[in-house]
Amino acid sequence: MKKPSIKPVESIAFPMVTLPPGEENGMRPADVHQPFIIGLEQTVIGEIPRVSSTLSGSDRWGTVKARWGVGRMHYMVDPGLYALGNPDENSPVLVTANYKMSFDRLRKALPGRDAWILVLNTGGINVWCAAGKGTFGTQELVRRIEFCNLSRVVKHRRLVLPQLSAPGVAAHKVKKFSGFKVVYGPIRAEDLPSFLESGMKATPGMRIKTFPFRERLALVPVELVEALKFYLFILPVLLFLGGLGGPGGFWYNVIHSGFFAAVAVLSAIVAGTVLTPVLLPWLPGRPFALKGAWVGGLTAAALVAFLWPVSQTAGKLMEAAGWCLLALAVAAYLGMNFTGASTYTSLSGVKKEMRWAVPMEIGAAAIGLGLWITSRFVF
Amino acid sequence: MGNLIYLKNVVTLELDREKCTGCGMCLVVCPHEVLVMNDGHARIEERDACMECGACAQNCPTEAITVQAGVGCAAAVINSALGRQGSCCC
Repeated sequence: MKKPSIKPVESIAFPMVTLPPGEENGMRPADVHQPFIIGLEQTVIGEIPRVSSTLSGSDRWGTVKARWGVGRMHYMVDPGLYALGNPDENSPVLVTANYKMSFDRLRKALPGRDAWILVLNTGGINVWCAAGKGTFGTQELVRRIEFCNLSRVVKHRRLVLPQLSAPGVAAHKVKKFSGFKVVYGPIRAEDLPSFLESGMKATPGMRIKTFPFRERLALVPVELVEALKFYLFILPVLLFLGGLGGPGGFWYNVIHSGFFAAVAVLSAIVAGTVLTPVLLPWLPGRPFALKGAWVGGLTAAALVAFLWPVSQTAGKLMEAAGWCLLALAVAAYLGMNFTGASTYTSLSGVKKEMRWAVPMEIGAAAIGLGLWITSRFVF
Repeated sequence: MGNLIYLKNVVTLELDREKCTGCGMCLVVCPHEVLVMNDGHARIEERDACMECGACAQNCPTEAITVQAGVGCAAAVINSALGRQGSCCC
């Protein structure tokens, strides 16, 4: 394949920057040996790898793994130009990120269609996050168009970008530097067929980012797994501390008190990472820490209702108060943490919320822990 | 589903009517219908629905819109306060 001529970076008026991860030695074409490549499209600039809109079992399993936090930071496809179906010089050019889930969702949404897919190097990050960070950006787009010789592959000068890439892409600058006009497509890939059919017109519904139950639920596994990984470290600490003090010998206390605290914290973690996202619109309060605190409170109440200590000694009551506060703090923190995965929290709002939420979470956890440890020595 | 609104009266979104040419790009890219077209110029209609993603400011050819764009993520704020590199989880 003839080596494409690349204009020096200076000539497109951008400052020299380090290349994105994986391309330290310069841009290169997408590897045709990637497992999802089904053939090669012959073009005037050489062979372009072809993909289909049918996802394989391996593709789907990859999505499941990513959703559960397994290998999701290295789940990528090569950036570059791909052919979906049998595109020609008049077929639309659709741009996406090199996170494999983004790539798969795009092609899956277009059965029976011919299009060019231009994949940008976003370091394996999805469209919206990458746009926010600037890696799905004007510069990468312009350079990639240049490197892939797009102006020789298609006759038209239009690119369809996902609407959520807009935080990173200045459409007027892309036009100026590459000659290609950016058309912002729908937010959801599923709306692309209608969008393309109607002559690239989006309905208002295609341009609004909602946060429905199904989407919130899809975010739960990765949050839960992350929290549980952390829990594995504090579990032995809780059990050990439970063994100290209290009636009976060390192991008796580990089982009766340590175990109990471990269950309380685990319940708070599960409730915080599962119930807060799922019940989000119905939990009281706008701040996420408050929503989390409600869930923490419910969890503590449930634990108290089912496992209230039979002997109501001062020590036992102190102990219960201790892990109630801990559960509250943990759930509030996890709720606050969910702001990063949500679709409508502003940075200014998050900062404002954290100003009171973080001290309260630390305070509640400290008092809770203090009460609980003290209760070991008060019978 | 209805509009989910976060905190009120916090966002840094500003629009300079003088600079606005009414091209409408901000309306196209905004994912929460924050802006509307009014009398040939854009206007901020639902300020509290703004999440400061920066799409509007990025795509305004005359820089009429400004916003302190950032990611509304508590973990990122904590990481950057602790001086950790790579503030985001991604």
